Amino acid sequence: MSRELLKGNVAIAEAALRAGCQAFFGYPITPQTELLEHMARRMVELDRVFLQAESEVAAINMVYGAACAGVRTMTSSSSPGYSLMQEGLSYIAASDVPCVVVDVMRGGPGLGNILPSQGDYFQITRSAGHGDYRPIVLAPATVQEAIDFTELAFDLAEQYRHLVVLAADGQLGQMMEPAELPSMRSLPRTRPAWAITGAAGRAPNRISSLYMNAEEEEAFNLRIQARLAQICAAEQRSTEVQATHAELLVIGFGTAGRIAASAVEQARAEGLRVGLFRPQTLYPFPAERLSALLACCAVQNILVIEMNAGQMVEDVRLVVAGRVPVHHYGRLGGVVPYPEELYTVIQQHYPSLAASAE
Amino acid sequence: MANLMMEPVYERPAALEDRATHYCPGCTHGVAHRLLAEALDELGLREQTILVAPVGCAVFAYEYFRIDGCEAAHGRAPAMATGIKRVLPDRTVVTYQGDGDLAAIGTAEILHAAARGENITTLFVNNAIYGMTGGQMAPTTLPGQKTTSSPFGRNTAQAGFPLKMSEILAQTPGAAYIVRRSLHDARHINQAKKAILTALRVQQAGLGFSMVELLSSCPTNWGMTPLEALRWLESEMLPAYPLGDYQVSEAVRALGG
Repeated sequence: MSRELLKGNVAIAEAALRAGCQAFFGYPITPQTELLEHMARRMVELDRVFLQAESEVAAINMVYGAACAGVRTMTSSSSPGYSLMQEGLSYIAASDVPCVVVDVMRGGPGLGNILPSQGDYFQITRSAGHGDYRPIVLAPATVQEAIDFTELAFDLAEQYRHLVVLAADGQLGQMMEPAELPSMRSLPRTRPAWAITGAAGRAPNRISSLYMNAEEEEAFNLRIQARLAQICAAEQRSTEVQATHAELLVIGFGTAGRIAASAVEQARAEGLRVGLFRPQTLYPFPAERLSALLACCAVQNILVIEMNAGQMVEDVRLVVAGRVPVHHYGRLGGVVPYPEELYTVIQQHYPSLAASAE
Repeated sequence: MANLMMEPVYERPAALEDRATHYCPGCTHGVAHRLLAEALDELGLREQTILVAPVGCAVFAYEYFRIDGCEAAHGRAPAMATGIKRVLPDRTVVTYQGDGDLAAIGTAEILHAAARGENITTLFVNNAIYGMTGGQMAPTTLPGQKTTSSPFGRNTAQAGFPLKMSEILAQTPGAAYIVRRSLHDARHINQAKKAILTALRVQQAGLGFSMVELLSSCPTNWGMTPLEALRWLESEMLPAYPLGDYQVSEAVRALGG
């Protein structure tokens, strides 16, 4: 394998089918449409299922059906379309079937615009539609990570029989950079024992999200919560730059985290003890590592940088629990911050500089 | 003792579970279930069929058939069935939907499944009312018909007109077989059974979308005895929803039967 110049949306699509995605259902929406278009061509070439649905509502319910039939399946969309999928996501959550959903986030609320945003953090990490549930949420910052996390998404979905969301944004979807694709995996010859495939020589399999009895519904919910506890213990992921030697720790995910890395690099070149912590799983939030950094290191101040009005900062504050001040800097509505801009914000929050300014 | 040869003339279909249903006394869902189960048995499809149940009175349908099944979100059964059928093209996939499910909240899904010629079979149970939620106005409620959400009778100036889904879906080129039958007496029940058999054979032959609309009674929410309800179905619903074959493609005609 070798590195090639790949657009984020195309890279995710190609990685998905190489990871064994057998059925893709979707609806066009900017800035993710290239993902659907790539699938339209490649899935047909591979004699797999591609279908353009009449809506995102239908697309996610088609994914639900294909997942119940036991194949690796996915859909992709962008913020307004992801909103429409909430109903289907909740049924998928309540049925313990694996599937992968990509949200290439754009500016909102409402129709908003087609520019990069991280405004769906709450919607993606807090639930899958109505009811008590949290999907596993992976947040890539580079095209290579988007590829790697797409593969990981299918594996985690299958391992836990859980919904996995790839939280990308318009910048990652539209940008091109060199990356390496995985090799093509062979498709399984059999379907899982729980799948609905026709009750030939066995008792019928039934997949439903309906529990009329409160105690049974509670017991089912407790099983979800037990699985989430297992996921929280095993699947927290993050990456960092000089975080153990930082007085100011900058935290950002996805595109914001990547731009923050440039600003942190500049600050370190200027002699400031600044580090970066970039969550790669938004759920489970990498609380263990962040907590360890606070316990062992010299962090005096935290600066959370997001392309939203302050959403992940709430998860950061839950971990920090008042141990050090947590500040937030956000650009909204599709505005992407520049590294120089973030460098200025870093200076404002750097402990000794902030103190001298007071 | 001489050999006493006993030949069963009537028994529970293998495709039906041996259990009581939650349906109200006199409701024709039980008849519709039995017809589908008999048809699956006769075509030898029990072990290769997947049922997609709706939201509505038939929400537990997947529990009543001894076949693989699942429970779709309200109105989304045709989309879910599409996902299943596309990854299991050699299996038989059946959606069982009521009028609120199919003709109100799920109108987009059923229309596009038909338009795609999705190779699935839909049983559409039309009883002109929302049964599960306790008798509210349905998209198929007749003008003037009283329901809990049209207490003065359906006023078309305010609430619009009933949808005739068989007529609408028959316009889509992907539809191979669209017929309306009724469950109000034995003769019509036999005709309904034949239509369900044909619809399943259409799917087996890969000819496209098939749907059998079944006019059905809801004594509980119509506020009638079961017999009164069957008479009301005949006298009021049949004129509004004429029985007949709305789409029988040439390929389906060639199937015969």
